[in-house]
Amino acid sequence: MYTDILIIGAGVTGCSVARVLSRYEASIAVIDRGADVAEGASKANSGIVHAGFDAHPGTLKAKLNVEGARMYPDLCAQLGVPYSQPGALVLGFSEADRATLTSLVAQGVENGVPGVCLIERDEVLALEPNTNPDVLCALYAPTSGLTSPYEMTYALADHAAVNGVRFMLGEEVEGLIKAQDGLWHVTTDKGEHTCKILVNCAGVGAATLHNMMSGDLLHIIDRRGQYYLLDRMQTLPFKMTMFQCPTKMGKGVLVSPTVHGNLLLGPSAEDIEDELDTSTTAEGLDFVLKTCRLTWPKASTRGTITNFSGIRAHEAKGDFVIGAVAGQENAYETVGIESPGLSAAPAIGEMLGAQIAKEQGLTPKAEIVPPIVRKKPFHAMTPSERAAAVAENPLYGNLVCRCEVVTEAEIREAIRRPVGATSIDGVKRRTRAGMGRCQGGFCSPRVAEILAEELHIPMTEVTKCGGASRLLVGTIHDAMKEGC
Amino acid sequence: MNSKCVDILVIGAGPAGLAAAIAAREDGIDSLLVLEREHNPGGILRQCIHNGFGLHRFKEELTGPEYAQRDIDRARELGIDIQTDTTVLSVDGKTHAVTCVSRAHGVEVITAKAIILAMGCRERPRGALGTPGTRCAGIYSAGTAQKFVNLEGYMPGKRVVILGSGDIGLIMARRMTLQGAKVLACVELMPFSSGLNRNIVQCLNDYDIPLYLSHTVIDIKGRERLTGVTVARVDENRRPIPGSEIEFDCDTLLLSVGLIPENELSEGAGVKLSPLTSGAEVDDVLQTSVPGIFACGNVLHVHDLVDHVSNESFRAGHAAAAYVRDQLAGGETIPVRDGDGVRGAVPQRIRKGAAQEVDLMFRPSGVFRGATCVVTCGEREIARKKAPIFTPGEMAVVKLRPEIVASLDAPVTVTIERS
Amino acid sequence: MEITCINCPVGCRLSVILKDGQVVSVTGNTCKRGETYARQECVDPQRMVTAVIPVEGSAMPLSVKTRTPIPKKLIRACMAELAAVRLSAPVAAGSVVLPDVCGTGVDIIATKSVGA
Repeated sequence: MYTDILIIGAGVTGCSVARVLSRYEASIAVIDRGADVAEGASKANSGIVHAGFDAHPGTLKAKLNVEGARMYPDLCAQLGVPYSQPGALVLGFSEADRATLTSLVAQGVENGVPGVCLIERDEVLALEPNTNPDVLCALYAPTSGLTSPYEMTYALADHAAVNGVRFMLGEEVEGLIKAQDGLWHVTTDKGEHTCKILVNCAGVGAATLHNMMSGDLLHIIDRRGQYYLLDRMQTLPFKMTMFQCPTKMGKGVLVSPTVHGNLLLGPSAEDIEDELDTSTTAEGLDFVLKTCRLTWPKASTRGTITNFSGIRAHEAKGDFVIGAVAGQENAYETVGIESPGLSAAPAIGEMLGAQIAKEQGLTPKAEIVPPIVRKKPFHAMTPSERAAAVAENPLYGNLVCRCEVVTEAEIREAIRRPVGATSIDGVKRRTRAGMGRCQGGFCSPRVAEILAEELHIPMTEVTKCGGASRLLVGTIHDAMKEGC
Repeated sequence: MNSKCVDILVIGAGPAGLAAAIAAREDGIDSLLVLEREHNPGGILRQCIHNGFGLHRFKEELTGPEYAQRDIDRARELGIDIQTDTTVLSVDGKTHAVTCVSRAHGVEVITAKAIILAMGCRERPRGALGTPGTRCAGIYSAGTAQKFVNLEGYMPGKRVVILGSGDIGLIMARRMTLQGAKVLACVELMPFSSGLNRNIVQCLNDYDIPLYLSHTVIDIKGRERLTGVTVARVDENRRPIPGSEIEFDCDTLLLSVGLIPENELSEGAGVKLSPLTSGAEVDDVLQTSVPGIFACGNVLHVHDLVDHVSNESFRAGHAAAAYVRDQLAGGETIPVRDGDGVRGAVPQRIRKGAAQEVDLMFRPSGVFRGATCVVTCGEREIARKKAPIFTPGEMAVVKLRPEIVASLDAPVTVTIERS
Repeated sequence: MEITCINCPVGCRLSVILKDGQVVSVTGNTCKRGETYARQECVDPQRMVTAVIPVEGSAMPLSVKTRTPIPKKLIRACMAELAAVRLSAPVAAGSVVLPDVCGTGVDIIATKSVGA
């Protein structure tokens, strides 16, 4: 199939670029090996919209983080993505830490981060009384925010899709070549695509694709981070995101509320060999728990909902690599998009989108379709809003997930979106059904039935997360016959 | 928004809710409504198709659906209104206003003089165990697998390892085997099973399924669907012992690692919960810390036997009826305390001057052979029960006779004395 | 011989003395049923069998049981016979689904109603 622009990678970066390019007259497709969008690092990270004091002034990381963070509040409101801005503290426990924090504050000021400053022990404990009392001082960043990384990606993808972008999911790129006709020929496990302009936003796979196109080699280190996610609680121990002093491996272990009111502990930082190995390990999880006790001495895994891990694509030279692929025409890329990649994603999309539009002479569309306005989630509605919702659509009256208060109407809507859910996990991330304390024990059979109905597939074809992740292996009838 | 008032509102139409409603109606309460979130009444019994229910109450051995049907039939005979497909969203402890939602009636606010909490319990999920590994398909709590097989007719897998030896896990070991799957092992962290002995015999031993005591799952493998688990022996501190690993090739891991009363609504209503049972703290008539709110069945504390659930729930129903009529004596209460070997005795308090039989129920904190359960009131011994074995897998019950209950004048302590 | 009584959840540990395949004495039981069980279990163990089978015209499978226990050694054969049963909705609770399973004289009956 031919498209003018083919974007490889449906993570938050690829979807952000796709959304910006969808404002122009061009046929656009996004391809990803995942069965859904946001299947890589975009679904498994801390969900922090960083204020922007971490990166060295003058780097793309610094510039795009600060710009992206500035865009977040409006963008989230426009796209219907949850966002809050509780602020963050980076804790210091020694004079060496104080020196690090002092230079971080200076860096923040230089990067243009609003309100960043150093505060002393008493003020830290007044702001966050559950902090380790051994704390000496802290960097305070009032503009540090929280979002839902996968919901942001879904919303960007949906908005791109209503403006004509096609999503080809569950299809893995195996090779690419610039042919005689001047077009890119991209072979996948399912066939071949041609395009004029190639955009590589492939996350942990981006360096591999880059090195197929350019002699100027890049090297991605797959850095795994493991997390604990704890249940929502009546009062969280911390209102803000609590960092420890950064190291060369990253921002270190944080303790933070999530935008949905859960508590997140993590991540570890381990360089691994297999870019798809998102398993967790006893050592990694132990490390997270032990390390976060420096921040929160009472830390415990009581109320753990799940543990998970995500992989950051760390480029060896340390900065984001964004722009035209060196030595190639009609090829662009975003490589090494690790933290603060989520924070920077909206700005990356604008920056690369503008560059591509300008260099390729794209014509802006006369009309851009606005994002689909979605109803407030049922769990967040007032009683009268709930009554009105059920009156309008009786499926709001069928509660499917009791832990997170998610209705049948919302689950069907999540499947019917432009880039809709096609699996149990897809429904879970879009609606929170199964995200609660029973972990889908009660609702997953019902969610599976709804998926089967909506996708017109038998129950035995419903998957947890695409591919071969089927929930059921057959009917009892078949099993009994085989068993005899 | 619709609103209405009733005398008694029962939340849940499982065995507890049905029994409580039947008792209240038999006491003459006309204005009575039962709310049920599922499409059919019967609760978890609907999927418990095995036999062994009702020996105490009906003196015969029934399957879960048969046991439930008896209560459903009785409720129908009595004209009890059961509103199904209705989920309660919140309970206001002060006003007794219960907000619920259903497709048929939209959002309703039902105000009740008395509320009976009978929401049952849920299974502890994988996340609560902190087991590392991948997050692939093929990992289910035993009850979810039971629902797929028994209510929907699907097989969740063909080569199965079961973690935890709770009763549902044991029952599912047999069910999966009979329906054509191969169950490779049942793995239990503790040195003893948390399930009933008879289930070890007839669900594992009958089918030559090995039970690995003092073992646990330390790794879960498989990118999309489960491909295997690693099991290791644990030491006395429940830490895996290096070198003791056993690999199992399996496509399914069932978890039967404990049940937790579902008390989110109760908490919202301001009901005080016990950290030991995770259920409400109640008095001898199952009244919680919030006047007019009663709790019974697995939402109060997790039972082994539905017969006990029904029994307890009849008491709650009778008490709620008395409360509605203003005939329930309140006043000072005497605390019931856990002594050595006892965990989470229910009720947690007994009304002073109460004069009806009280069943003290609790879980032993360990395995005790040939021990005696002794109940004291201050210094005075008021009951004693000898048993060949007390184990955490079996709820212990000690009856306090009415005249004993009437005589209580000091804190009651329940203790297991080793012989 | 040591066995565990499965009659009720108490699960009494029974000691049975056998001589020439005959039960001589049973101890450890706390009720009469325990002794009866032990005498049966040591000579000809029997079990109730419960299962679910599909029903044409009903999304929900049917739960069934043997009306009385059958010899333990026939459980597999019983499941095989059940696998061949073809049923159509409606089926009423208590109705016979399969008469005389494996020649035991025991019927398999429905334990709930479907498709009614």
